[in-house]
Amino acid sequence: MGAAHSASAEVRELEGKTGFSSDQIEQLHRRFKQLSGDQPTIRKENFNNVPDLELNPIRSKIVRAFFDNRNLRKGPSGLADEINFEDFLTIMSYFRPIDPTLGEEQVELYRKEKLRFLFHMYDSDSDGRITLEEYRNVVEELLSGNPHIEKDSARSIADGAMMEAASVCVGQMEPDQVYEGITFEDFLKIWQGIDIETKMHIRFLNMETMALCH
Amino acid sequence: MGLQMFVTFNPWNLLLLFTALECSEASSDLKESATSTAQHVPNAWFAAAGSEPDERISVFELDYDYVQIPYEVTLWILLASLAKIGFHIYHRLPGLMPESCLLILVGVLVGGIIFGTDHKSPPVMNSSIYFLYLLPPIVLESGYFMPTRPFFENFGSILWWAGLGALVNAFGIGLCLYLVCQIKAFGLGDINLLQNLLFGSLISAVDPMAVLAVFQEARVNEQLYMMIFGEALLNDGISVVLYNILIAFTKMHKFEDIEAVDILAGCARFVIVGVGGVLFGIAFGFISAFITRFTQNVSAIEPLIVFMFSYLSYLAAETLYLSGILAITACAVTMKKYVEENVSQKSYTTIKYFMKMLSSVSETLIFIFMGVSTVGKNHEWNWAFICFTLVFCQIWRAVSVFALFYVSNKFRTFPFSIKDQCIIFYSGVRGAGSFSLAFLLPLSLFPRKKLFVTATLVVIYFTTFIQGITIGPLVRYLDVKKTNKKESINEELHIRLMDHLKAGIEDVCGHWGHYQVRDKFKKFDHRYLRKILIRKNLPKSSIVSLYKKLEMKQAIEMVETGILSSTAFSVPHLAQRIQRTKRLSPEDVESMRDILTRNMYQVRQRTLSYNKYSLKPQTSEKQAKEILIRRQNTLRESMRKGHSLPWGKPAGAKNIRYLSFPYSNPPSAGRDARAAESTDDDSGDPGGPSIKFSTHSRVSSLQKRPQTQEVIPMRRLHRGGKTFNFGYQRNASLEEDVGAGRRAVLRPKPLFYTVDEEYESGRESEEESSAVGSRWTADHGHSREHHKSHSSLLRRK
Repeated sequence: MGAAHSASAEVRELEGKTGFSSDQIEQLHRRFKQLSGDQPTIRKENFNNVPDLELNPIRSKIVRAFFDNRNLRKGPSGLADEINFEDFLTIMSYFRPIDPTLGEEQVELYRKEKLRFLFHMYDSDSDGRITLEEYRNVVEELLSGNPHIEKDSARSIADGAMMEAASVCVGQMEPDQVYEGITFEDFLKIWQGIDIETKMHIRFLNMETMALCH
Repeated sequence: MGLQMFVTFNPWNLLLLFTALECSEASSDLKESATSTAQHVPNAWFAAAGSEPDERISVFELDYDYVQIPYEVTLWILLASLAKIGFHIYHRLPGLMPESCLLILVGVLVGGIIFGTDHKSPPVMNSSIYFLYLLPPIVLESGYFMPTRPFFENFGSILWWAGLGALVNAFGIGLCLYLVCQIKAFGLGDINLLQNLLFGSLISAVDPMAVLAVFQEARVNEQLYMMIFGEALLNDGISVVLYNILIAFTKMHKFEDIEAVDILAGCARFVIVGVGGVLFGIAFGFISAFITRFTQNVSAIEPLIVFMFSYLSYLAAETLYLSGILAITACAVTMKKYVEENVSQKSYTTIKYFMKMLSSVSETLIFIFMGVSTVGKNHEWNWAFICFTLVFCQIWRAVSVFALFYVSNKFRTFPFSIKDQCIIFYSGVRGAGSFSLAFLLPLSLFPRKKLFVTATLVVIYFTTFIQGITIGPLVRYLDVKKTNKKESINEELHIRLMDHLKAGIEDVCGHWGHYQVRDKFKKFDHRYLRKILIRKNLPKSSIVSLYKKLEMKQAIEMVETGILSSTAFSVPHLAQRIQRTKRLSPEDVESMRDILTRNMYQVRQRTLSYNKYSLKPQTSEKQAKEILIRRQNTLRESMRKGHSLPWGKPAGAKNIRYLSFPYSNPPSAGRDARAAESTDDDSGDPGGPSIKFSTHSRVSSLQKRPQTQEVIPMRRLHRGGKTFNFGYQRNASLEEDVGAGRRAVLRPKPLFYTVDEEYESGRESEEESSAVGSRWTADHGHSREHHKSHSSLLRRK
């Protein structure tokens, strides 16, 4: 980033919007440029340049999350074709550590934001519910790293998880009641005891070592 | 309440005491008669030859000297064991005070007896015996049962804290005491700086294992637990290294001759000793893992290999004056992961229990010695020295805790709160380690040795009793952040997802985080290490087997609630059924969790349940047996009825795939089970199993049974392709095979498809399926039915 006045005004604006510090924004901008090949926007194909991402079982979901309109706060569904730096930062801001000194509601708000991000990862068809199929899809992807696990197993696990979720969210169910899927409220319920603050964040502070793309 | 406890074990102990008293009296009385009996014996022989006509063959002789040492040692150990039994019988006690308190009391008791009867205690503790025989088992056990995952996650902090903490404490206490000694009024002028430093180093050896049990009761959060654990692990090694270096310094001609060069050399030596020991340990760990790869046919020697190699690593490191303790710890940690997969199930159990036993014996003996030393004449009391020692110990520990954590908190993602730090400070309980080091001070170099020993004992007693007993209430009072051990598949699933997500995002950011390093290591591990070190590198797809267990448990639950009826699906049971199937029991959850964790990038330890003093108890076999019998009866009945599957599925067709596995090695089955079980002790490994099977589940042992039953048909099949019907006959034989550990999981062979008819007998499963109130779609119903069916398949064996 240059030292131009307009650039720093931008930075400050971004700081305000996303909550990153200017150092972090700078570093992320560098990274953005690396990924995009000095273009102003990134497309899905650019993510192929990240070598280690290939081995991540949920790679497709992660990449998708970057373009998800819901995460970018641009709409209720659909995928963007390309994202600019501000969008990039928006996505990254979901992973900022929650400042513990903020008030209760703020913390709760951030928590919800993070959980919503997660929810969107599961709910691929944007219908506001995680259906069993989507759940299965997730589990299969998660277990896809191991070649010896069969689809059936993944499915059973997803079923089991869904059943458990149903019991948590809905409690007793009638014999012919059908559980449609996990809504966001149910999702929150499941996550009630678990503190996402300590789990879903990345330290953007020390990013000295930058992996290079090819 | 304490009285109650004493009442319970008093009868046994009284008996034991009497025996002990008897023996000690007998020995003191019989010292002369022993020699005379020795003479009598040859005389008796000669009498036969008629050389001494007035000697009689004695009909009853007592030769106590011959057996004195082993006899008394055995008695002590027994006494301690009985005390432990009594200790645990009264349930509240383990949560109130650490077990080491009890051991010390027993030691004092024995010491009192020995002192009272003026009996010369057998010389069981000297330097070589302690360092060569008593110490290694203790260290090995703590290294082996260490939960690796959280340890390595917090490795930086632990190293920083344990290493620097020990140094800071040692030097701080030593220097302060030296200053105190300079004050003429206390009469301690002859203790020079080096001796004080040495004393500081040995008194700073913390033994917080004692408080870990208390922590567990209070369910403190993982990070805190790990810090204390890590400190316990490394502390011994570091203080012994320091101790040896300082002893070497003391042996140099004169204190004044020590130059800066020597001090630098000392520092360098410290580092080399530590690192060298660890490297040695790792090397030996790999060698032993490699060897266990080939021990299929001689599984009886597998425990031997494990123990011998660990011990060898200790000895080899000691030969080169490297830190044997760190070596054996590193060896245990390295070895564990691979050995567990290679050795047979029984060997695994043997190793675990034997290790615990050895360490228990060692510790008991050391504490007995402590007790014996307490009650004796070899004390020197100096108010100033002892009080100041106590004071400085506390002060310096507080200083080191707060200072070091202040620094490390800056680098940690989850900083330790002040409350946590207070707890860590307060858990600085000294134990057997300090005592041993003090006891073994060479008298020639330390004319004031008795003073040191007394001071050490006072510190130990004070910290163990007062701090040990009050730390539990303190933890509760401070309301330290607890673990949120929510046991649910969903949680596991989400957290796994998040781990991957984080790793992915870090990749995108180009950020080399925690996860990257661990990931790289795991890749390296999978690609190279596992191929070399593990027997027929078995892919870990125990998901299915675990899931089967899960299913089985569920069905068994239903059985237990009396749902299982021999005929149709009746409405009154419906409600119960719904209730039952709603919740997946913790064991199921853990199975699933294990499945997930095994196949994900990182495994975060969810449940810390390592307790130094106990392995988990066995599940109730009788119940399981009954269930099994009931189950089989029902199944047989249902088979006769010839139910067809719901949803019109062709019997067994699709279900086969679910059961089929690419391989079916009985040892692998055992391994897998063990892999699952290993997490009992919370051994989270990278890519290793991290399931914690709740031992209270009677189901576990039940599963073991049906699973083992599967093994046999498998073996047969493996050898000659016999039919599956062996499953039935195996019943009887296996019911004897109870209690061989909480083995779970085996891999059934693809051959199970022959048992199509069993699917039809899976009536309970059908019922269960329909009973489950929530219907997903027909598809879901299918899959669930799969599981139930094949779980019934397993269960019937």
